[in-house]
Amino acid sequence: MREVIQYGTLDRREAVARLLAGRKKLLVVGGIGWASFDVMAAGDHDNNYYLWGAMGSAAMIGLGLATARPDHSVLVLTGDGDMLMSFGALATIAVRNPANLTVAVLDNGHFGQTGWQESHTARGLALEQVAKVCGFSWSVKITNLAGVDDLRDRLYSRCGVKFSVIKIAAKAFPRVPPPRDGSYIKSRFRSALGFQPI
Amino acid sequence: MGTAVAGQEGWQEDVFCVLRQHGVKHVVYVPDTSHSTAIRLAEADNEINAIVLTTEEEGIAYLAGAWLGGERGALLMQSSGVGNCINMLALHSCVRFPLLMVVGMRGDWAELNPWQCPMGRVTEKALNLMNVMTWHVDRAKDVAPLLHGAATMAFNGDHACAVLLGQRLIGGT
Repeated sequence: MREVIQYGTLDRREAVARLLAGRKKLLVVGGIGWASFDVMAAGDHDNNYYLWGAMGSAAMIGLGLATARPDHSVLVLTGDGDMLMSFGALATIAVRNPANLTVAVLDNGHFGQTGWQESHTARGLALEQVAKVCGFSWSVKITNLAGVDDLRDRLYSRCGVKFSVIKIAAKAFPRVPPPRDGSYIKSRFRSALGFQPI
Repeated sequence: MGTAVAGQEGWQEDVFCVLRQHGVKHVVYVPDTSHSTAIRLAEADNEINAIVLTTEEEGIAYLAGAWLGGERGALLMQSSGVGNCINMLALHSCVRFPLLMVVGMRGDWAELNPWQCPMGRVTEKALNLMNVMTWHVDRAKDVAPLLHGAATMAFNGDHACAVLLGQRLIGGT
């Protein structure tokens, strides 16, 4: 049966702030658009990597990072549009099954940056089921703050690759832009992990 | 296979040996016949993460992530896959990180499948348009030195570098 409520009600800023509260050595990849603004709004951090472009890259950046740094937990926070553009990445990540990686999709069912056109998730696609079928060890839909708290605790576990869809309200929030200089963000991020410039 | 030395084996082995000599820890790929030896060696190597992709642009994002985590990698693909990578190459232009690619060519010599030709004809130009430096290889003895040169410039200069393995090298279809 198709669900009655496809759009979520969670406040994306509140959900992300709660997810990142008390973060411990957590490496965060913020996807293109609102997702990066949400990560920035929760507090700029040297362990944050923000994207302003390269749509469809967030999840795979997370896989590369999680594979290179198994000693850290890695969280990819991105929107439904970005995740849909890298649909195949769900298969690539699942077969690798990195225990330190969580992909969390902030799902408002819309392409919010381009005029609020409905995405596939607003038309019935359940990304958490796609991830489950691909083989993610844990994959859930989150519709309330208790679910966000549960996800936050799981970020630091090592029991397989994790996926969640956080159903957020389909409405605009203030832009909280992180630095646009990708090279600066990269160098800052690497430096915080102890890597020197080339 | 870690003891193999570039130049002493066939050019197929040279590809893997040069990558390893440059400290590559991640070999990400969409298969091409020309890469079958390198893929087999990478998959068998416990010190290398061999990642099979569903589409080539995943590999560019993966390598950006690995570099954020301090490690080197390379993307192996066919010329047709270069077309899939074009927008994702913006990631390299805006972020700058070592991006080393090895491309098995189709459609550049003795190609029997005309469907390979539209992308094969423009593979090198498309890479160049996206600010990727390219080296086309048609002789077996040039594979190791040209790949060594490309890897050196990628890993020491944050450049995007691609070595194109021509069909005269690989053998026409």
